[in-house]
Amino acid sequence: MTLELFSQYLLAGVTYGIIYAIVGIGFNIIYNTTGIINFAQGEFVMLGGMTAITLTQWLPLPVAIGAAVVVVMLIGALVEILFIRWLDRPSVLRMIIITIGISILIREAALHIWGEGVRSLPYFVGNEITTVPVLGARVSPQVLWVIGVCTLMVLALSLFFKYTLQGKKMQACAANRMAATLCGISTRNMVTLSFMLSAGIGALAGCVMSPITYTQYDAGTGLAIKGFTVAILGGLGSSMAAVAAGLLLGLIESFSVSVVPLAFQDAISITLLLAILFFRPHGLFGSKDAAGLKEF
Amino acid sequence: MKRHLPLILMVLIAVGVQQLTRATGTGFYLTPLTMAAYYSLVIVGLCLLMGYAGQISLGHAGFFAIGGYLSAMLTTRDLTPYQDTPVLVLLGKLGFTTTGQDMFGAAVLHVHPWAACGCAILVTIIVAYAIGIPVLKLKGHYLAMATLGFGIIIYRLVLASPLFGEADGISEVPGFPLLPGLAVSGDFENRVTNYYIGWGMVALAMWLLVNLIHSRVGRALRAIHGAEDATNAMGVNTARYKLNGFVLSAVLAAMAGIFLTHYNGGIGPSEAGIMKSVRYVAIVAIGGMANLWGALLMGTLLNVMSLRGMFGSYDDAVFGLILIVIMLFAPHGLLGLSLPQGLKRLLKRGE
Repeated sequence: MTLELFSQYLLAGVTYGIIYAIVGIGFNIIYNTTGIINFAQGEFVMLGGMTAITLTQWLPLPVAIGAAVVVVMLIGALVEILFIRWLDRPSVLRMIIITIGISILIREAALHIWGEGVRSLPYFVGNEITTVPVLGARVSPQVLWVIGVCTLMVLALSLFFKYTLQGKKMQACAANRMAATLCGISTRNMVTLSFMLSAGIGALAGCVMSPITYTQYDAGTGLAIKGFTVAILGGLGSSMAAVAAGLLLGLIESFSVSVVPLAFQDAISITLLLAILFFRPHGLFGSKDAAGLKEF
Repeated sequence: MKRHLPLILMVLIAVGVQQLTRATGTGFYLTPLTMAAYYSLVIVGLCLLMGYAGQISLGHAGFFAIGGYLSAMLTTRDLTPYQDTPVLVLLGKLGFTTTGQDMFGAAVLHVHPWAACGCAILVTIIVAYAIGIPVLKLKGHYLAMATLGFGIIIYRLVLASPLFGEADGISEVPGFPLLPGLAVSGDFENRVTNYYIGWGMVALAMWLLVNLIHSRVGRALRAIHGAEDATNAMGVNTARYKLNGFVLSAVLAAMAGIFLTHYNGGIGPSEAGIMKSVRYVAIVAIGGMANLWGALLMGTLLNVMSLRGMFGSYDDAVFGLILIVIMLFAPHGLLGLSLPQGLKRLLKRGE
């Protein structure tokens, strides 16, 4: 393999990897505050892209993207308030089925609103054929946008959890819900906030990736599977581990193209997921003892 | 005897419906009813797994597809180039192959539907054991995601393999001669016969399952649903019961796939899709999870409505909405809510 080809695969892997990582972090944020895996996580990404595409008809691109993120955050809050908030200690099986139902409803609503056509946002800089040389490979500037924005999001999130009061409150809920309630934290509001947060980062990722990956009404399911793989691979609940795992999965997928046909790419990543679930259910970077205390 | 009352009722209703369609000249209803019968096989099998053993599976369309696709592939692909290989020579000696002519008059060689069916079920059992042993150690979200992953792998494989017809699927699958003069096929003149074949199989499966859940196995499965650790402590080999329940429901799904493929004369990748798996789960949930008759009733009703196109382009949305509404407001199923107490008690007795 030549150096050019290698860096081309490398950059493609990092691009997809960081997108998977964002979806994986979205899973983690909600899982930490509620113990729920939100199967509708991928739909937030799709909604972000679709809403921004519609809004660009009237608004300039940056404003449209900002508005789309706000809209999807509100949808996230609405989903939580309508379907999750008032349930009293629901069983895991019940929550799985409810979030799957939500994801189907959002997807079908998107199908009826936007149709089944493939859409995309315009390139932020240049157009389809603009390229910049990186490490001997030639990539679209949009790839750098995706990597840059997603990296910033990861940094912003870690600062948010470390230094802001809201972030610390959410971490308190993750550590011990009962104790957090006793400290005067409204755990219910924290759950709503966590849905808004993960919907927001999903939507922003959906916007920046839209020009290169395109947006279609059913794009969410595939992303949710990959994001979940990443969340498990890193160890459920840990955001930084999800980033590492996301990059790993992205690289495995992009380099696998040089060995097997593209059609089997998903089969490879899912086989990987199954293998991890069987041999290391606490993830590559997670601790076995900590995982033993959690409920799945 | 009392536990078989609903079974007798079901047979009477099945006969009654057929007579009704004959009397009113609405025989076209028999086709969706027959298809719904085969889908019901998947649903009651999944009901055993989800409702009684408490293990969710979001990959049952995968087993349906394994059955349907293998049977379709073996009975339609021309094996003449391989006719001298030992396997085919052996199959030929056992009478498991059929010869015929294609549309240009050249000789073609297929596997007989019975042998294909046996082969498909054998593969399903092997796959179900291979998947089930590691997967059933998982719980909750992990189990849901692992079974979903299995379903997607099967979907991707059939979609990407030229052997399975890629996006077109496999068509022109021949009928399945069960006995001389009795074949599972979509021929117009055999519509009534096929209706009874389909519902006969459902009756057989229900009889088997109702007896099973009243046996030692059924009690063990329900105990696992209640508290797996406690069941283990009582000396029940929970891993084995879960695994066998999983394999049984997989085989029922594969059989449904085999017969529906021969009935429809073809199969496409959408049968292996995630939405199909989710739909089966939705129907088990609406039937009341641990309620075989509820699942059967709701499965027939919703599948016939769906197959008649009553939901239009909102087909998937309807099932998504059902999932949410039922799980939010009636986690014990629709039958747990609305039917009068007496009828409910009758159905409960059938469990």
